[in-house]
Amino acid sequence: MNQRVLDVSTLPAVASGPRATIWWGVVGLLTIEGTMFGLLVATYFYLRLNFTEWPPLGTPAPDLLAGSLNISLLLASMGPMIIAHRAALQERRRPIWIALAICIAMGVVSLVLRGFEFTAMHCRWDTHAYGSVVWTTLGMHTGHLIASTLENVLLALLMRLGPVERKHFVDVNVNAVYWYFVVLAWLPIYIILYFGPHLL
Amino acid sequence: MSHDHDAEKNKDTVLSEAELRVRLEQIWKSPDGFTGWFKNVFHKPISERMIITSFVFFALAGLLALLMRVQLAVPENTFLSPDLYNQFFTVHGSTMMFLFAVPVMQAVGLYFVPLMIGTRNLAFPRLNAFGYYMFLIGGLLLWVGLALNIGADTGWTSYVPLAGPEHSPGKRVDFWAQMITFTEIASLVAAVEIIVTTFKLRAPGMSLNRMPIFVWAMLVQSFMVIFAMPSVMLASGFLAMDRLVDTHFFNQAEGGDPLLWQHLFWFFGHPEVYIIFIPATGMVSALVQSFARRPIVGYTAVVLSLIATGFLGFGLWVHHMFAVGLPQLGQSFFTAASMLIAIPSGVQIFCWIATLWSGRVIVRTPLLFVAGFIAIFVLGGLTGVMQASVPFNLQVHDTFFVVAHFHYVLIGGAVFPLIGALYYWFPKITGRMMSERLGGWNFWTFFIGFNLTFFPLHQLGLAGMPRRVYTYLPETGWGSLNFIATVGAAILGIAVLMFLINVTISWRRGALAGANPWHADTLEWSVPSPAPVYNYLYLPTVNSRTPLWTKAEDQPIVKGLRADILEVLVTNLLDAMPDHRHLLDGTSYWPFLTAVAVGIGIITAIFTPWGVVIGSVLAFICLAGWFWPHGEPVPDSSREAGPPVQEAA
Repeated sequence: MNQRVLDVSTLPAVASGPRATIWWGVVGLLTIEGTMFGLLVATYFYLRLNFTEWPPLGTPAPDLLAGSLNISLLLASMGPMIIAHRAALQERRRPIWIALAICIAMGVVSLVLRGFEFTAMHCRWDTHAYGSVVWTTLGMHTGHLIASTLENVLLALLMRLGPVERKHFVDVNVNAVYWYFVVLAWLPIYIILYFGPHLL
Repeated sequence: MSHDHDAEKNKDTVLSEAELRVRLEQIWKSPDGFTGWFKNVFHKPISERMIITSFVFFALAGLLALLMRVQLAVPENTFLSPDLYNQFFTVHGSTMMFLFAVPVMQAVGLYFVPLMIGTRNLAFPRLNAFGYYMFLIGGLLLWVGLALNIGADTGWTSYVPLAGPEHSPGKRVDFWAQMITFTEIASLVAAVEIIVTTFKLRAPGMSLNRMPIFVWAMLVQSFMVIFAMPSVMLASGFLAMDRLVDTHFFNQAEGGDPLLWQHLFWFFGHPEVYIIFIPATGMVSALVQSFARRPIVGYTAVVLSLIATGFLGFGLWVHHMFAVGLPQLGQSFFTAASMLIAIPSGVQIFCWIATLWSGRVIVRTPLLFVAGFIAIFVLGGLTGVMQASVPFNLQVHDTFFVVAHFHYVLIGGAVFPLIGALYYWFPKITGRMMSERLGGWNFWTFFIGFNLTFFPLHQLGLAGMPRRVYTYLPETGWGSLNFIATVGAAILGIAVLMFLINVTISWRRGALAGANPWHADTLEWSVPSPAPVYNYLYLPTVNSRTPLWTKAEDQPIVKGLRADILEVLVTNLLDAMPDHRHLLDGTSYWPFLTAVAVGIGIITAIFTPWGVVIGSVLAFICLAGWFWPHGEPVPDSSREAGPPVQEAA
């Protein structure tokens, strides 16, 4: 009997986007972290019910300046990241590391601004439950910002210095997806943390 | 180009079968020796470790249960001190839930999913190894605490304010909270592994609607893990922060809320029950199909039931909190949802019964455990429906009735199918059959011991005996039923021992199994037993839901993968059409080192918040090492149309 064969040797050895396993892995990670942020927001609203005033009496509403500058900067940083993303699909190293370098610079400035965001809350984590939840939310997102910026540093260095394998372009691709998440996840939380106290 | 030439030489299309076997064995082989142990990233050895580790925890936690039963055997017993009793029931429950039930189900999934869908490893081999080490470190942490007599002592639910800084000073609860962090990371890792592997690495032709039901069950379970586990991680993080850096999440005095703990805990805790139960139902479906010798009745209904259970499982958590005084509308909603979830479980049970009824049933030990499962789980399910009713729930809240109920659900619903499944898959893991004779004894001892232990607890609960008390007065009249339960526990202990003895003996001296001793239909039975290190010599293709029973006479095999690198075939999500070839990561020390780094961070964080910083820095260094490029040549340049491919000889 003649054994029929499904020959896959002409298929590509690398694929990007939803075709790649790593893309799904990162989407899984983002779902987990998105759930985390969602639960933090739920906690924020749950604790709100324990107070007659929000923020609690004696704590002024957060200052808007640092936070608003920061979210604008983060949203703007998606520009160079999109450029890096596109260049990765075309496998062009130079535009990738230049765009990533810009993102890194923006990430560092964002982290400095983040420092001011903590003080803009006018309380500490151990002042009251309001302080605990806003500091934890800010802290958790800051952790993501640091991690993602460091990832950008590693990838920029790799793209600049090599040796680059084809799969590394897929890494740049999913790194961009991760950065989009870090930025976009902050948008609703920024609105809640800064404008919630005025509305709730 | 010489590189392309090399690649061509190593394709399985040009190698003879014998040559290919030698090549694949070389490249997929587990690294040797003591240091090799820490480098391994292959799914079978890692899952095997995970199964064995979780059974060690199972045995230890079972031992604690026996000691507790000895303490409760007679009124006013002084065998255990109240403090030791508190530590024992806390570590028993936490171990069974976090270090046995969830990890062992995931481990069986991580072992068999790649085999059942026809691929050679999980999608992220190194991540899988990392997950195992996280689980191991977390488990050791909890048990080292107990061994030092500073074990967690606030119950597996660690309710605040009892577990808060005021009422539980010292570090006991922190051991518990950080164990949660470890095990939930491990569990989330396994969930992502299973989702991506089932989505992208299925054999050509295995469209979603042809996946084995066990694989469906693991997929649904993994999605539940992804949405449930973050909740308990967050809660235990809050708890640790309240205890270490004076945040006020659960501190009522500063606007925090103890009920927030219960909400976050049970938003995880109730899905957790289904996270344990759903893989078990997948095992039952696999076993029923194999031992009824016919395709399962109502494949679509069973799969939809699994998915429905997955969704409904998230709508029940408040029924653990009926006693805290919630709005009535909320109570009614959660009562309705709790009753609703009986429907998909019922559908599955009817499908299994119909399959057995219309099949040619062959009774072997695995099927005995399925029968035991159905009997016990129906009882546990019924007491569950009873407790969905608020007035009854309030009456039995925190009594032994609840203890009886969840042991019926968890041991009946998960441990029975698990033991059955291990009898069933043991030949594929070891190449040998487990003893049928000892298996029969094993089952009946287990079944009788179990009922003798837990059935009396229903009555004790109705009579008002509270759970988590270390003793009771003779005047209560609870003595005789407690004594019976203790005798049952001893028999149950013997049953577990018989299982372990059967495993140990059969591993060395069992009858040789051959590829498909049960004449089953799923792909894992098409390869020799034990499964080769590379799983499949040529990746299979699939043309139905029962690939071995209904395969075409000339069912195609996949060729064109390289035999000199760890290459697998990636297919698309819905239809499993071949999409691209993919190079998997190979052996590495970094997953182990990263787990140690994260471990140092989390354990240091019990004592100082700087642990977070230390852990992050160490983990970053390790992750850089993990992903460090090695300058290996780009594996293939086939994006530019490659050279023409030779047909197999």
